[in-house]
Amino acid sequence: MRELFEETIERVLSDLVTPELIAEAERGAWPDLLWQAIIDTGLGPAAAPEALGGVGGSWHDSFALIRAAGRHAAPLPLAETIAVNWLLGLAGLDAAQGAASLGTGTGTLSNGHYSGSVADVPWGGSVDDVLVVASGSAPELVLLPRANAQVSQAWNVAREPRDLLIFSDAAPVARAPLPAGSSSEIIAQTGAMIRAAQIAGGLARLLHVATDYANQRVQFGRPIGKFQAIQHQLALLAEQTALASAAAEMAFALSAAGPAPFAIAGAKSVASEAAGQGAAIAHAVLGAIGFTYEHSLHFTTRRLWSWRAEFGSQTYWAQSLGQAMCGAGGTGFWPALTGAMAIDAQETT
Amino acid sequence: MSLTDFAFAPIPPQAEALRDEVRRFLEREMANIPALVRADSWLGYDADFSRRLGEAGLVGITLPKRFGGREGGAFARYVVSEELLAAGAPVSAHWIADRQSAPLLMHYGTPAQQERYIPGIARGETFFCIGMSEPNSGSDLASIGSRATPAPDGKGWVLNGRKIWTTNGHRSHYMIALVRTAGREDDRHGGMSQFVIDLKAPGVTVRPIQDLTGHEHFNEVFFDDVKLDQDSLVGVEGNGWNQVMAELAFERSGPERFLSSMTLLHTLIDEIGTQPDALQSFHIGRIAARLMALRAMSLSVTAELDAGGDPAWAASCVKDIGTALEQELPEIGQLLDTAEPRVNSGSDHAQVLAYLTQLAPSFSLRGGTREILRGILARGLGAR
Repeated sequence: MRELFEETIERVLSDLVTPELIAEAERGAWPDLLWQAIIDTGLGPAAAPEALGGVGGSWHDSFALIRAAGRHAAPLPLAETIAVNWLLGLAGLDAAQGAASLGTGTGTLSNGHYSGSVADVPWGGSVDDVLVVASGSAPELVLLPRANAQVSQAWNVAREPRDLLIFSDAAPVARAPLPAGSSSEIIAQTGAMIRAAQIAGGLARLLHVATDYANQRVQFGRPIGKFQAIQHQLALLAEQTALASAAAEMAFALSAAGPAPFAIAGAKSVASEAAGQGAAIAHAVLGAIGFTYEHSLHFTTRRLWSWRAEFGSQTYWAQSLGQAMCGAGGTGFWPALTGAMAIDAQETT
Repeated sequence: MSLTDFAFAPIPPQAEALRDEVRRFLEREMANIPALVRADSWLGYDADFSRRLGEAGLVGITLPKRFGGREGGAFARYVVSEELLAAGAPVSAHWIADRQSAPLLMHYGTPAQQERYIPGIARGETFFCIGMSEPNSGSDLASIGSRATPAPDGKGWVLNGRKIWTTNGHRSHYMIALVRTAGREDDRHGGMSQFVIDLKAPGVTVRPIQDLTGHEHFNEVFFDDVKLDQDSLVGVEGNGWNQVMAELAFERSGPERFLSSMTLLHTLIDEIGTQPDALQSFHIGRIAARLMALRAMSLSVTAELDAGGDPAWAASCVKDIGTALEQELPEIGQLLDTAEPRVNSGSDHAQVLAYLTQLAPSFSLRGGTREILRGILARGLGAR
């Protein structure tokens, strides 16, 4: 399934996501043609069960889709929609019909209606539905219609919408208890996972652009890629790309039955650090031209500077992992680490 | 698939099942081994430990049963290796033979060579070292000058030259060395061959070199008219360079490239306790996250090696990131201000911190320097 997913999304995104389209989206336009093309591929509910209106791919399969969305800097909530539909499927709920997003809030349900504010919702003002966790003694997953929210607009460094939504007494589209074994951190964990995969994709783009540039740009009579100083910078960028990709894919692979806390904390922590280092290297290699709006490098680097902070920064996730590892003690550290990375026998068969 | 994709490769359940067996062995055998000894990781030499590990069937995991091996897969070997390293087991005596010499001999060796050397390796009793660097050939391995010439009587070879930085040269039974058999020193990759050299043979002199910690791990090895019989040639005469390059992916991608400082991480976590402050939890979490990512990358390379691929680029990538992490640990120990480093005194943690602070520079030198690896990575990316 993964190869098919990757081919399909690659075709659509490489045809339609141009620098002009990204620039228009930055000015506030919803890329309708691109969204329609994505809807036509049927990949929105890629990781939702077929019985619930999905495609039936695994969450691990959708890693490739989300990484591709990051590589192309697709300016719409593709990753978020796939993630929401996966979570709905885990909770036994039908896939969302349109564009969906997710956010962390502290709102609660009262008489079956949701009240509370949800900050930093990706494309919160444009999507049809937003998935949140309603707090309380028995936290629930709640899918809310955006139309019922009061929207206050905000943007990240890449000028992607990160809106504040305020619901008051909103009737959910659907609700269900949290999937078995998951915690009320499920939204943050899932968000961290998709951002880690997008960062891996963004870094892969930077590596490609920086290597091409180093082979073409001639100074002192030869391509700058012939200089060891540049070669070593490219090597470091490749290492950061590899770390982010391996960590993110592992988080997806280990989360088949629901978010795997250690793997996700590790992935977002590694990817967030890689994002900053990778962006710095790409800008160093491309020099002044990479600092212009005209060159498309910044569409990726500004996203990396945004995504690393979203759904928990490197600090947030590293500290959460560090708390757990110190809790395990010196002798418990290694068993905790290997245990967190083991796939049980049933899942591999 | 691009170079930077390290496809997720979980450890298969049958290999994972071996983990408990190794942990039980280690609980029994490591109980009285102090932290400072564990800090030596795969430089820790204990011939009795290696023999007992062999008796327990935990050496030569991938080797054929007819030679005393276990015929397990690459992942089974991985599980055993990483458990030994994580515990700081003193595995150095048999490590090179198990990791590198036995696979080389199984791949290129004659049946007679396999009969002769493999059973002892699988028992954890026969120890090998590797002869690569020479006084004037470090990173530039292709410039080596040690030379084996055909013996005057037509039987075998005569070896002259010397090797340096040979880990365990003074306490191994054999060396597998890369030397010239034809061509000149400026003949980059041609005319080199690999030989098994009995280190007790006449004309071999081993001189230990003290390192900055005061220990003797590595050596200078001199060859003066050392007679090598015909059967000491490994593989094809003149193909030595290619054979050595094929070994490197095994040498560079394994868990020993990121677990060398594990004992320090353990003592550091114990020193911090279960209620870390913000700085402590950040750094311990950051290291744990990087270890998980590196382990995932290393397992991905293992899967590719097992499938007969040639992941030389990926192996170099794992080694460069991994050794940087190993070297960072003493710095983090210092940064978190847990203890002043101490020699021959102080707490376990203070001693382990002192020892690894001193040992760390070697991590990115041994097995290919950081600068050489980054050159390999850039070439693979297409920077030219």
